[in-house]
Amino acid sequence: MTAEFPNVTQHAGEIEPGHSLWQDAWHRLRQNKLAVIGAVFVALLAIACFLTPVIAPGSYAKTNLALGAKAPSRAHLLGTDVLGRDLLARVLYGGCISLSVGLAGTFVSVVIGVLYGAISGYFGGRLDVILMRIVDIIYSLPFVVFVILVLVVFGQHIILLFMALGAVSWLDMARIIRAQVMALKKQEFIEAAVALGLRKRRIILRHLIPNVLGIVTIYATLIVPSVMLLEAFLSFLGLGVQAPMSSWGTLILDGSKNMEEYPWLLIFPGLCFSLTLFSLNFVGDGLRDALDVRASKD
Amino acid sequence: MLRFILKRFLEAIPVLFIVATLTFFLLHQMKGGPFDTERPMPPEVKKAIYAYYGLDKPVWRQYLNYMERLVLHGDLGMDQKYFGWSVNELLASSLPVSLELGLEGLFFALIFGTIAGVVASLRKNTFGDYIPMSIATFGICIPSFVTGPLLILVFALGLGWFNASGWFFPRDRVLPAMTLGLYYMAYISRLARGGMLEILNQDFIRTARAKGASEWRIVRKHSLRGGLLPVVTFLGPAVSGIVTGSLVVETIFQIPGAARFFVNAASNRDGPMLMGTTLVYAVLVIVMNLAADVMAVWMNPRLRFE
Repeated sequence: MTAEFPNVTQHAGEIEPGHSLWQDAWHRLRQNKLAVIGAVFVALLAIACFLTPVIAPGSYAKTNLALGAKAPSRAHLLGTDVLGRDLLARVLYGGCISLSVGLAGTFVSVVIGVLYGAISGYFGGRLDVILMRIVDIIYSLPFVVFVILVLVVFGQHIILLFMALGAVSWLDMARIIRAQVMALKKQEFIEAAVALGLRKRRIILRHLIPNVLGIVTIYATLIVPSVMLLEAFLSFLGLGVQAPMSSWGTLILDGSKNMEEYPWLLIFPGLCFSLTLFSLNFVGDGLRDALDVRASKD
Repeated sequence: MLRFILKRFLEAIPVLFIVATLTFFLLHQMKGGPFDTERPMPPEVKKAIYAYYGLDKPVWRQYLNYMERLVLHGDLGMDQKYFGWSVNELLASSLPVSLELGLEGLFFALIFGTIAGVVASLRKNTFGDYIPMSIATFGICIPSFVTGPLLILVFALGLGWFNASGWFFPRDRVLPAMTLGLYYMAYISRLARGGMLEILNQDFIRTARAKGASEWRIVRKHSLRGGLLPVVTFLGPAVSGIVTGSLVVETIFQIPGAARFFVNAASNRDGPMLMGTTLVYAVLVIVMNLAADVMAVWMNPRLRFE
């Protein structure tokens, strides 16, 4: 998550008149203790998760049937599961997958949302009305149900899972970007681009979208936890990440199956997952408040 | 008002038509089905089954037949997993369960969320504000498939107050409704707090205070209607979320509702049931959205001019 911050400061150099705005935001963000703690927590957890496959490859699959499921101890900090596998390794591995899926799904939703919103906002008129009406309709439908149908029909490919996750959560992004683009397109530099006879495609991709990337980054941090939540939701129903891979969602599902005998198998993955969502939400809210982006939500 | 409702109803018809069409052709792409057993069926049996479900006809014919029965009779076809049962029969027994669960979850969320939010707004920046709002933040971040098993672990297996699963006695409703409603309770309490704070800062509230109106009267007569408006506009998305939430909650607590049929149909590749539940969900969500919109207009007369 810390990767977000260099980005923010980097913009400070690129956008001349916005210089003080970004610095102000950075300052305000550091004042927000919960956001900073959340960012540090997620950063540490992410490092641990992504390093585990490097430091201890295969550790999540090492079974010890003689040991069986044991409560947390010195040797296994979070205990072991029914097959005697170390839960800490499994939680860290699961985190690696959950975080990757969260980032990939967010990427898909950002691409769809930004393009859709930019096209709708730039062209305006009847096209805008139609595109936004479609967004309204999708909003009012239980879209997750359709995602489940798509996964059932076309199989639970991991790539398809990314696409499906992204396809659910692009709506807010599209609305925000549309509002931003509508404000931007009246500014002189876009008028200049039009006067120079640039193609619409070039104006949207080269001039409008780069100018909304700051806001995109901020809202993307809020999409990550929602995508992770959705992935875990689908995994819990047996439609998400498939074995032998395991995400936090599948770990929680496994844990809830025999929680009476081995409660730690449910509690630790659940705790890790909830704390991560908690922190990511704080970071996202903190970033948004710091920049005070009051993009239209309605 | 009547024109508004009528207009929204007319708008819903093409939406439902598109949903039905897309779902039909999507599910037609599905490979395999409940008939693919481990031992291959004798070809004549398979042929008879396909003829029974009309699967031997071309796609467009199947589509027209389905739509005709759906529009004229509200018939969702025969189920492919439970031979001899129609989807309508199966849903008739399970949908009321899901509706009850959904409504209980929604009421749980509305009542406790509103109370927590209003209390927090009146005790702004004191412990009476911080405690409910911290709980609300937790409620938003802990997913239902974690809270559900945890509630079972503590209140059913640990303390023995409730049954861990099932749907027989009134108290079997408590844990599922809580699991389903917790997220929305948390969200509603934040919305109610924000909405109330905005109203309580207005001049007319100061006037009411200056006139010596009691705090209770100020809340009930002057601020509740305006302050709870954000909650009402949230009801539409909340209903859609509760529908998806019920998929998990009915699985956790093994409740014999429509969501269980949907989840099972997804693993059995039972096309007619998937199609039927999707359509029922779409209708349900659209109707509830409309109800929420009507309520918002009723609460905020200014919307009537738009």
